[in-house]
Parts: sequence; C-alpha cells; structure tokens
Amino acid sequence: MASPILMPALSPTMTEGTIARWLRKVGERVQSGDVIAEIETDKATMEVEAVDDGILGQILVPEGTQNIAVNTPIAVLLDEGEDAASAGDFARSSAPANESPATSPVANASAVATAPPSIAVAEDRDWGETSEITVREALRDAMAAELRRDEDVFLIGEEVAQYQGAYKISQGLLDEFGEKRVIDTPITEHGFTGMAVGAALTGLKPIVEFMTMNFALQAVDHIINSAAKTLYMSGGQMGCPIVFRGPNGAAARVGAQHSQCFASWYAHIPGLKVVAPWSSADAKGLLRAAIRDPNPVIVLENEILYGQKFPCPVDEDFILPIGRAKIEREGKDVTLVAFSIMVGVALEAAEKLAEEGIDAEVINLRSIRPLDTETIVNSVKKTSRLVSVEEGWPVAGIGAEICMIATEHAFDWLDAPPARVCGLDVPLPYAANLEKLALPKPEWVVDAVRKQFRD
Amino acid sequence: MDGMPSVPDRSNGPALSPETMKRAYKDMVLIRRFEEKAGQLYGMGLIGGFCHLYIGQEAVVVGIGLHMKQGDKSITSYRDHGQMLVAGMTARGVMAELTGRAGGYSRGKGGSMHMFSREKEFYGGHGIVGAQVSLGTGLAFANKYRGSDEVSIVYFGEGASAQGQVYESFNLAALHKLPCIYVIENNRYGMGTSIERATASKDLSRNGEPWGIPSRKVDGMDVFAVEQAAQEAMEHCRAGKGPFLLEMETYRYRGHSMSDPAKYRQRTEVEEMRRTRDPIENLKAEMLRAGITEDVLKDIETEVKATVADAVEFAQVSPEPDPSELWTDILVEA
Repeated sequence: MASPILMPALSPTMTEGTIARWLRKVGERVQSGDVIAEIETDKATMEVEAVDDGILGQILVPEGTQNIAVNTPIAVLLDEGEDAASAGDFARSSAPANESPATSPVANASAVATAPPSIAVAEDRDWGETSEITVREALRDAMAAELRRDEDVFLIGEEVAQYQGAYKISQGLLDEFGEKRVIDTPITEHGFTGMAVGAALTGLKPIVEFMTMNFALQAVDHIINSAAKTLYMSGGQMGCPIVFRGPNGAAARVGAQHSQCFASWYAHIPGLKVVAPWSSADAKGLLRAAIRDPNPVIVLENEILYGQKFPCPVDEDFILPIGRAKIEREGKDVTLVAFSIMVGVALEAAEKLAEEGIDAEVINLRSIRPLDTETIVNSVKKTSRLVSVEEGWPVAGIGAEICMIATEHAFDWLDAPPARVCGLDVPLPYAANLEKLALPKPEWVVDAVRKQFRD
Repeated sequence: MDGMPSVPDRSNGPALSPETMKRAYKDMVLIRRFEEKAGQLYGMGLIGGFCHLYIGQEAVVVGIGLHMKQGDKSITSYRDHGQMLVAGMTARGVMAELTGRAGGYSRGKGGSMHMFSREKEFYGGHGIVGAQVSLGTGLAFANKYRGSDEVSIVYFGEGASAQGQVYESFNLAALHKLPCIYVIENNRYGMGTSIERATASKDLSRNGEPWGIPSRKVDGMDVFAVEQAAQEAMEHCRAGKGPFLLEMETYRYRGHSMSDPAKYRQRTEVEEMRRTRDPIENLKAEMLRAGITEDVLKDIETEVKATVADAVEFAQVSPEPDPSELWTDILVEA
C-alpha cells in the first residue's frame, strides 16, 4: 500500500526544517536504511533514511523548500507493482497533529505542587527505662541489631571491618558478623557506592559508611542519580533500600574540605530521606528505622557528638519514626528549630533566655526530609516567633525552608519575621579563633531571639 | 564476489545448531526492525527527547544472550533497546515506554534511556556514562552474596571506558572475585569523539590487566565470534573465578542519538561497514550455507515485522499516564 514519507523531527527541539537535497529520484527503489534526502535544521544538516522498503513514487516537497513543518508529507513510497496514481493525495491530507494530553499536568501544577507527601509514619511512644550511652555506642548497637535481624543487611566502607571504623562506630561488628557482612573497601567511594546501590537494586540492604560525608561528594552521582531516582524511572519496579551514613558538618579544626553540612544538599532531592540525629536515642532509633526503610536514607551524623552520652531506651525493640520531630523543651514565647549538634546549642540558648524571662520551645527536627511541618507549625502558632538554628551555610539552607514553612502555614500567627541562625557564609577556616567565629553559638541564638522582641 | 558480505571461515570453530542460528537471526532482525521503527516514530514526533539506536551492534547483545540463563542480570547505558529485547522484555512494553505511555515498562516515567524489568533481571537503562559499570558490579556482588552462580553482564561503550569508576569497579570485582562480565561495546565513537582522540590505550581489552582480569578482543560484528567468547566468559564467571572482560569491536550505523548528524566520520566508512560487515547479512549468509532456506528466513522476517507492527500499534493506542502518576513511585511506602 502506498504510504507517505513525513517530514521527520531530527532533534528533541525541531519543529520545522528545509529540504536541502533529494538523494533519490522518483521511480527508484529504496531499502530501509537508505539515505533518501538531506534536511537542514536550525542546528545541522541531517540525513533522512528510508524506514521501509519500496519505490519512491512521488516527491511532494521539492528540494530547497524552507520551513516545512514536522510531520508534513514530503514524498510517497509505493509498494512493488503500485503506480503513482494509487498514491492518493497525501499532499492535501494534513499531517496528524500531536494530540495534546487530555489533562495537562502543567495546568494542574499549582494543585499538585502542594500535594502533601503521603508518608506513613509510626508514632513515637514512651519506651520506658533508659541507660546512658554514647552516640557512638548507639549507632553501633543499631547496626548490630539490624544485622542480627536481617541477613540481607551488610555494612560496607573504608576501615569499617578490621580497623573497627575510622571513628570506631563499627567496633566489634566484624567479630560478630564476619567479613561477608562487614566489608572493608579500598579508597574508592565512587566505585563502592555504585556497587552498593547496584546490590540494593536487587533487594539487598547495604549500610554504606562514608568516613566523612565530605567524601560522599565522590559518590554523589550514585546517591542522587542512581539511588534516589531508579524507583521513579522504573515505574515502581526497583526500589533502593540503602543507608548512606557518616559524620557531617564541622569537627574540630580540620579545615574547609572536612567541615561542611550537607543537609540542604540531600534535602533537596525527591526520592531520598534524610535524618540527622542529635542524642543517643535519636542515633539508635533513627538508624534502625533507616536500615529498615525500603528507600535510600541519608544519616547525617556528627563527629563531635560521637563521644557524648545521652539516655537511650534499653528496650530491644526501640526504634523511632522517620519524619517526626521531637520537642526537646516546651516553651511558650519563641520556637527554636534545630537539628544535629545545633539542638544542644539551641537548648543552651533556651537556658540563657529563661534567665531573661523568655520561655523558648526547642524542636529537634530529627528528620530533614520529610520535614515534620505539623510540629513546627503548631509550635509557631503557640509561640508566634521562630528562629531556626543550623551549622550549615545560610543560602538555600534548611533555615530558609523552615522560615518559609512558618510563613506559608502560620503567617497570621507571627509577631516577628522568622529568623535564621547559620554558620557564616565562608569556607571553614583552620585557625582556632577564626573557626570559632564562623560557627553558631548560643549567644547568636539569644541575639536573634532578642531582636524578635525588640520590634 | 565484490559487494557480497564476507563469510567468516568457520572450519575451526564450533558451528551453532540451526535452531540457535534461527533464534539469533530472529533476535537480530527484531532489534534492527524495532530500532528502524523507533527512528521513524521519533521523526513523527511520537518519541521525544533523547533516543539512541542500536542498529549495527546487534551481534553483540544477541551473541551474549545465547549464553544467558534464567537469573543472569544485565545492565547498560542509554543505548539500551537491544539489551531489553534480548533480556526478554516485550517489544510492546519497550515501544510504549519510548512513546511515553502508560503501557511502557516504566509507565511512561522513564523513556528511552530508563527502562527496567525486575522480572527479566534487566537493571536499566542509565543516563550517566559509566554509572552502570559500578551498579553492574553491585549486581554481581549480590549474586555472590546470595551464593548463586548467576552472572552480571555489564555493557558500556569505549567512551565510558575513560570514566574513573570503571577502574574502581574492575578493582572491586577482581578483589572480591565477582561474577561480572564487562562488555566494552567499542563502536569507535563516543558521541563525536573517535577512540583515537579519546584514549591513549591502544587495546581496550587489556584495560583489566592490572587487576588480572582475563579478556578477549572479539569481532563484535560476528555473532559466532561473540557467542564463543561469551561462552568462555560465562564459564569463567560461573566457576567462581571472578570477572571477565570482553572488548567487542562493533559499529553503530546511526548517529549517537537522533539529533546527531555524524559529521565526524566519512559516509563511505559507514557504507563500507554496512556492505561488508553487517552482522545480520553475515549470519544470513552463514545460515544459507548451512542449508537453511530463504523461505525459513522470510518467515522469521515476516514474524518479526508483525511483532514490531503490533508494538507500534500498542505504543500509540496505550494512553498517556494519568496525571496522578506524577506522585507515585517517589518512595516505597515504609
């Protein structure tokens, strides 16, 4: 049967082009793959190949013709034995326009953009008796408990096995679980992260330890492009149950390349969950939840907190929900929102403010993505003032997000513009005095709160 | 015999059974016809974005596929339609993904570069050059962790072989003796950059040598040569001896993607390859020599044509994904 040859689209953005040259004449036999014409687009001259076998029955658009819309019939291909008369009048029949989708997602953009994330979150509850343990021990206990519970869980990273962890987080795990499940790697973040993500796509549940989150920059492509997106790109077929964990943020005088907070980097990515524990209970409960979660979870730890002791439930089943913040201190005059080591700074600030008669509420976010908007908004509605506290840089930081949430959801309750306390907008210096000047301290928080009461 | 496809000498190698040759022929013709149609649908505006065709390279994936068994995993870059079809994914599902429809393997959310099949153990479909090499190493890691003798087949181009993570992966795979076959599809051009301009390595098949990875350089336009090399590599991996590297010397007839005018190579070079080295023509000649009739080949071609026509039809009648699909598959419900 005669069929039209249509003006092809030869690039993602082409809408029209020029027939530069016909390379075959009417009456010639063409085979699939033969170059039959050259077309000029805005970018290049491209060859047009025949896609079917047949005889070139008619050329509808002579060479040199400009501005031919994509999908316009430009020639007619005949089957063996047909004559040109049977070609019909393709020139007059207009090209089928691309049908626009019945419902344009763009038209719904404002509606869909605010659709709430449907994250099922188990409630926190009272876990009873506690004992004082370090954050380091809490993290180790969490991994040990999950390694015992599920054969598919394994730990991989630099110095995690024989060395017992660069920061001794994996102390004793090699002895208990053996080298099949506690795996030392060479210094090869890009490679071992990709390998772990590949294993996770098959259903294994790797815990990837980065010696520090700074080194995860070498592997950030796999965290974002491979781990976070595959579920979506596969139409839900292939999840990635994996944990990426390691110390994040400033330590002590280790300089600009080893002192930075990545919370806002990862919080930006749909397909990831991000948690940032402060206390031992946070560390144990959130890491266990992260390991059990069927999604990629980033656990942002903090080196300075590793050695600090906090009470932690002794219950063997203790676990925390991802996506829920904790009110560490109740108050009625101002809401302080913090995560990781800054929770301690906010609590110190709250004590100082109490001396001035200001009763601060301190929220420990625990989870950065998803954010517990409800707890933040309810608190702001109660206190009418908000100061966020983070160690990271101010531009496009977590504080910007927190302040916007208050503005969006509690504007009418606010008595002062929401404020943020952040690390200074500089690479972290080495010199002791300069480093100290660059990182948030309780006084900065107190000052920010005082300003809210001044106006 | 000027103008005839050259027929490789098979006097020393094991010939394939007529049934195996028919299977290979069918798969290669399927890929060729499927890709030609994809190019056509792209021209009609039914496929958008990036679309990278496999035409010319069919013998590589088909020859290796002859030795894959249930459970073997495969992964590749964005030039991936051939790999999917050989993995057993349906032409309908792949074509409907190309047109961005609900009937596609990713329900329209992946496109040409991002398709997966849990059922067929095909792990994508990756858009970042080289990423699939460490991911594929992870598939092999999982095989070993689970104590199976399944193999992971990792395809990448000679262009990707310049990426650092390829060598990180070689090291990890050799260190852990992972059952991983690295297949370098050397089609001579990484987009517009010829191999001579891209690597100082004169012989990519030796790129695994520092880690003691055994390898073969293979005529990737000859499905028989590919099949033999694949057999050796598979046996090596299944025996627990660690990774194997195959460099396939192949050629893509089309541009890097649909919008590539391929001005970096002479048209005569492409024509010469098509005329003398075409993997389908070469196999066809071999089959005729083995006594398989033209009629049998015609029947296969007719069947393939119907399969592709059916896929094209399906890819156009399958509806676009519902707008609610925007919000699904971002996270697995915990």
